Amino acid sequence: MPSRPTSTLSISGLIMTRLCAAFLFIVLLFPAFAAAGPGGTALPNVEELWRVLTLRDYNTRVVVAGTTFLGIASGLVGSFLLLRKRSLLSDAISHATLPGICIAFIALQIITGNGKSLPGLLAGAALTGTLGMATVLAISRYSRLKDDAALGIVLSVFFGAGVCLMTIAGRVEGGNAAGLQSFIYGKTASMLLWDAQLITITAFCAAVVSVVLFKEFTIVCFDTDFANVQGWPAGILDFLMMSLVVVVTVIGLQAVGLILVVAMLIIPPAAARFWTYNLRIMLILAAAIGGISGFIGSALSALMGSLPAGAIIVLVTAAFFGLSMIFGSSRGLVTQWLRHVRLTHRVGRQHVLRAIYEVAEELNSDDPRSTVPIAELAGKRSWSARRLRARLRRAAREDLVQFETETSVSLTERGLVHARRVIRNHRLWEMYLITHADIAPSHVDRDADMIEHVLDAPMIEKLEGLLLYGSEEPAYVPQSPH
Amino acid sequence: MVLAEDKLSNARRHRPEYGSDHPPEVPLSIHDMTVAYHRRPVLWDVDLDFPEGQLVSIVGPNGAGKSTLLKAAIGLVPMASGRVTVYGRPFAKQRRLVGYVPQRESVDWDFPVSALDVVLMGRYRRVGWFLPPGRVHRDAALEALNKVGMKDYASRQISQLSGGQQQRVFLARALAQESKIYLMDEPFAGVDAATEKAIVALLHELREKGCTVVVVHHDLQTVKQYFDHVVLLNMRVVATGPTEAVFTEENLKKTYGGRLTLLSEAAHAIATDKHP
Repeated sequence: MPSRPTSTLSISGLIMTRLCAAFLFIVLLFPAFAAAGPGGTALPNVEELWRVLTLRDYNTRVVVAGTTFLGIASGLVGSFLLLRKRSLLSDAISHATLPGICIAFIALQIITGNGKSLPGLLAGAALTGTLGMATVLAISRYSRLKDDAALGIVLSVFFGAGVCLMTIAGRVEGGNAAGLQSFIYGKTASMLLWDAQLITITAFCAAVVSVVLFKEFTIVCFDTDFANVQGWPAGILDFLMMSLVVVVTVIGLQAVGLILVVAMLIIPPAAARFWTYNLRIMLILAAAIGGISGFIGSALSALMGSLPAGAIIVLVTAAFFGLSMIFGSSRGLVTQWLRHVRLTHRVGRQHVLRAIYEVAEELNSDDPRSTVPIAELAGKRSWSARRLRARLRRAAREDLVQFETETSVSLTERGLVHARRVIRNHRLWEMYLITHADIAPSHVDRDADMIEHVLDAPMIEKLEGLLLYGSEEPAYVPQSPH
Repeated sequence: MVLAEDKLSNARRHRPEYGSDHPPEVPLSIHDMTVAYHRRPVLWDVDLDFPEGQLVSIVGPNGAGKSTLLKAAIGLVPMASGRVTVYGRPFAKQRRLVGYVPQRESVDWDFPVSALDVVLMGRYRRVGWFLPPGRVHRDAALEALNKVGMKDYASRQISQLSGGQQQRVFLARALAQESKIYLMDEPFAGVDAATEKAIVALLHELREKGCTVVVVHHDLQTVKQYFDHVVLLNMRVVATGPTEAVFTEENLKKTYGGRLTLLSEAAHAIATDKHP
């Protein structure tokens, strides 16, 4: 069953909710931050800022390195997830880790007496995270439910189970389950040195795997069937790809928290997509955006102890996303808008030139550069007087048209060259429609109107071959066929 | 690559696995194939031997199971029963001999890769694990693009190609595999005249090289012109043989209408009975 429910709409919805959540965290925690009083929470001075940003403290250095590598790994892994159209799967995975954390805590508490061992907790998280992922894939594969329903079911059921288990964990004798909360919202401050090293090493490995298997992951993402036919173990590769998502999610839990870790997987690749059509560049950009966000987020958090790193990381990625969406060089809004404006101007310019040429031809067939009253032009198309004047002024600035008097214009030398080319394309296409497509001469004008702006050199060559072949010394601008 | 070559010839030596009813000279042999989607039968008891070095078309109405036949033959759709052999041996051991061209709509053309990247995917199996494709493979991919008249578009992002150009990129990807058998799912669907011409030229070239090409085809007008051999399919094989002999009005009537509608009604009944 081809799975394409993860539409851009649902991704943007997801990004929006995570942003709101990140914002809320900061707002809610701000009173605590302000009330903590003097001693480290006032706005940092330049010296402190410099010390943190240059990573003078060993502790800070390790934590910041951990989140930076986490950002790089999630950018890489998230790119494949986005291209596999499974972005929302990461949300289900992250919520499904909660019961695993609680079960691991209870088990460790009973067996060893210390439930707070990070590797143990993360192993539990990975276990139920994988289970949650497998459940989503199994439901959408073997039932007739669509992916989105499967995601909703797994996400809420696993999270519900996790909340129940957390209450139970709180009652385990001798245990202090309070710290488990920090996995939901994330807390870099609670990271021990060794925790940070574990996260760094794991993130580094995940990044290496996704780079080494670049070719294999690409073919599975682009065309799973083809990969299968070629004999790649597409199912295993797919599972490995999703396992990397689980790994990144799990190691992100402590720094970013299970609600926000999804954002690190989705937002950097989504932002990178606005800049490029090249997969390699997209991966590099996504890794860079993720890494920089991780760095800034954890550094700021180290600087101002009570600011949550996860929320800041998400807001930084969001800033990148916003900038990319607006200014992105391949599909950013500004780029698209500029393209549209340029096209509108080109079409408008060509229409004006053609109108002047045709009117001049009607008035005085010998001289296409003769002066034409503007009033005559208005009748050629449904232009308002103001619009026509604006177009003419623009054409005059481009040295295509010159105003003879206030109310009449003529083509310049340059304008004539352009006009002849436009007219020629228009009439060639009209002739083609009449002679080869059996369309009535009275109907071809409007069709040719749309086509004349997009005809490229090879198409014109073909038209010439079809229409002008055989006629001796054809005129550069053919007669209008109607 | 040397290793794979070795394995192939080694495996060929232990050939007789299926006995004499799977002659090694038949490029693609389908025996007793039945396929069902969610309990709804799509293909019943299909027996087919495709002749070597010929252009074969599979023709039939919508929902006749044409694409399913190809997909089941190469393991993309599970068979309820049946066996498929490629030159006398199971497909799984002969993958390198088979190139597959899926329907154009089966992938996301907005994917951030270039035409050359897609064609290179046809070489990935030869490249092997982990390594990026080298110069040799790049040249082979460019050559394949050249054969379908798309060399100038090698670095174009695939979403900027027209439908016909995308189809040609898919064909080039299969060509880059350098296989013996090509299975093409509706390559002529919705393409422009230039692409149609390019595909036909390509089919002839493949035939001259001794390749066997099986094409799912929907345009009855061109069957006689393009293909040597035809399979008329409507959930079962209605007729198969040289185009001249088999592509007759009577056979077409059998394939497209009349008596066989009962068969699809029966299939529908089976499906709805189990899933009310």
